[in-house]
Amino acid sequence: MTGNEVTAVSIADLQSLLRRREVSSREVINALRERIEAVDGDLGAYLSLDIESAIKEAEQANVDLPLGGIPIAIKDIINVIGQPCTCASKILTGYRAPYDATVVQKLRAAGAIPFGKTNLDEFAMGSSTENSAVKSTRNPWDLSRVPGGSSGGSAAAVAADEAFGALGSDTGGSIRQPAALCGVVGLKPTYGRVSRFGLVAFASSLDQVGPLTKTVRDAALIMNAIAGHDPQDSTSLNEPAPDYVASLGNDLRGVRLGVPKEYMIEGIDPQVRAAIDAAVKQFNSLGAEILEVSLPSTEYAVAVYYIIATAEASANLARFDGVRYGYRAENPKDVLDLYGRTREEGFGPEVKRRIILGTYVLSSGYYDAYYLRAQKVRELIRRDFDRVFEKIDALISPTSPVAAFKLGERVADPLQMYLADIFTIAANLAGICGISVPCGFAELDGHRLPIGLQLLGKPLDEARILQIAHAYEQSTDWHKARPPVASNSPKA
Amino acid sequence: MTGTSDLDVAYVARLARINLTADEAKIFQRQLDNVLKYAEKLRQVDVTGVEAAAHVLPVFNVFRADTPGDWFTAERALSNAPRQANGLFIVPKVVE
Repeated sequence: MTGNEVTAVSIADLQSLLRRREVSSREVINALRERIEAVDGDLGAYLSLDIESAIKEAEQANVDLPLGGIPIAIKDIINVIGQPCTCASKILTGYRAPYDATVVQKLRAAGAIPFGKTNLDEFAMGSSTENSAVKSTRNPWDLSRVPGGSSGGSAAAVAADEAFGALGSDTGGSIRQPAALCGVVGLKPTYGRVSRFGLVAFASSLDQVGPLTKTVRDAALIMNAIAGHDPQDSTSLNEPAPDYVASLGNDLRGVRLGVPKEYMIEGIDPQVRAAIDAAVKQFNSLGAEILEVSLPSTEYAVAVYYIIATAEASANLARFDGVRYGYRAENPKDVLDLYGRTREEGFGPEVKRRIILGTYVLSSGYYDAYYLRAQKVRELIRRDFDRVFEKIDALISPTSPVAAFKLGERVADPLQMYLADIFTIAANLAGICGISVPCGFAELDGHRLPIGLQLLGKPLDEARILQIAHAYEQSTDWHKARPPVASNSPKA
Repeated sequence: MTGTSDLDVAYVARLARINLTADEAKIFQRQLDNVLKYAEKLRQVDVTGVEAAAHVLPVFNVFRADTPGDWFTAERALSNAPRQANGLFIVPKVVE
């Protein structure tokens, strides 16, 4: 098996190869390293790599463990002990994580090797990875386009066989939207299903860690490792996690799927709409019953999100003040000057905008009009989902209204960028789970660009949406398509 | 200087301890005025009698035993400090 053949396999297949001793974990790390050297100059998916530690861990790998010897890339907003954790921000330049996040501890306990830190929008604020203070990541399907965001590095790395699987974080769509734009699978768990301890906080009532993978089965494998209660995170749910792999099957008879009429809006690209329509027919032919449902508060979700998420961010990011860690402005004349200049020089424009907006909506005189009202509308959005889930098992929609857009196309207009998350945001506000799976391609300027289908499930019903997504995936070939950069040619 | 909303970017940035250049304040003012204009649609929603959402699932009063355990040493907590001495973070003088 050549290096490129090794890096192209799924986690499930790699697990078999390792257990049959057809490849060693050390060889896997070396194959990944070569792959990254060959393509990451073009893609920019990784921010840092520690090959030496990975090789050391690979040599001790126990391949009988569920993820034994399997390298997993980690979004650079999740702490891995001894590794940088920059959040793609200048303000955390030079920072090294003094501890492992719970999800990283759990991956290690399952035998996995945390391998490399992937690029993101600064502090996960963005939908294109262009807000990274370090570099932009490019879409493996068309290098002139964005990979989505904020987990764009994780999505691009998995799509281009630079990672077998990756962790991302999803506050308003940051796992699902880049998964859709790069043609991979991305799961946002129910709020509280996965520990947030060691995930740098952006919006604490919305953030969740989840997997980005080549297949639905691989997402289930990673969920088996990371789901569950964590005493270190008081918002994590004290509920047993099921075996997500065991629940996968191909039969959709008796499954009821809802298509929200409010999601079929004008702004959807016709090619995206056609792919979703075809997927709905496919679900129907697999035995699922399709119902039209209504989520009347949908049109308020983006506005609610950008009030609540920025309010929480303004409080969470107050800790970056140049005192205890990270960047500090030079020669401050007093402590206020230290704060003001450290934050001026350390944060990029989108982070500043959101802190300012969040500070404003929480400020005296505006709190009731903005923040409190947004929290109430959030409750209405949650009730919409409660109501439809009485009748159906999951909702189907596009993950993103459009396929990957061009680098630079939306950076000057934050509102346009925010609207990229129109279908993913409500799930975070309601705390429910969601998954994006590849469901077709759009043709743009001679490039094939992946389209993602989103399934939203009830709270703690990850097993169900994984099962539905798996049945669909196994009846199509979309997940087998490889981007041009993943072919054996030396450069795309 | 304010725009179409009540937001005064320069003032709020000071509250948030972020220095801004005049140019930056001007650009943010225009961009955030747009976002706030978009958010005005929330005023149309009837929220009478609706309780504000806190946790999305019914989770209340999470307790744990108050038992001591291993955590950071001072050395580890200081390992990323921009300036430190004698086991302390060093900052500019606060009190004259």
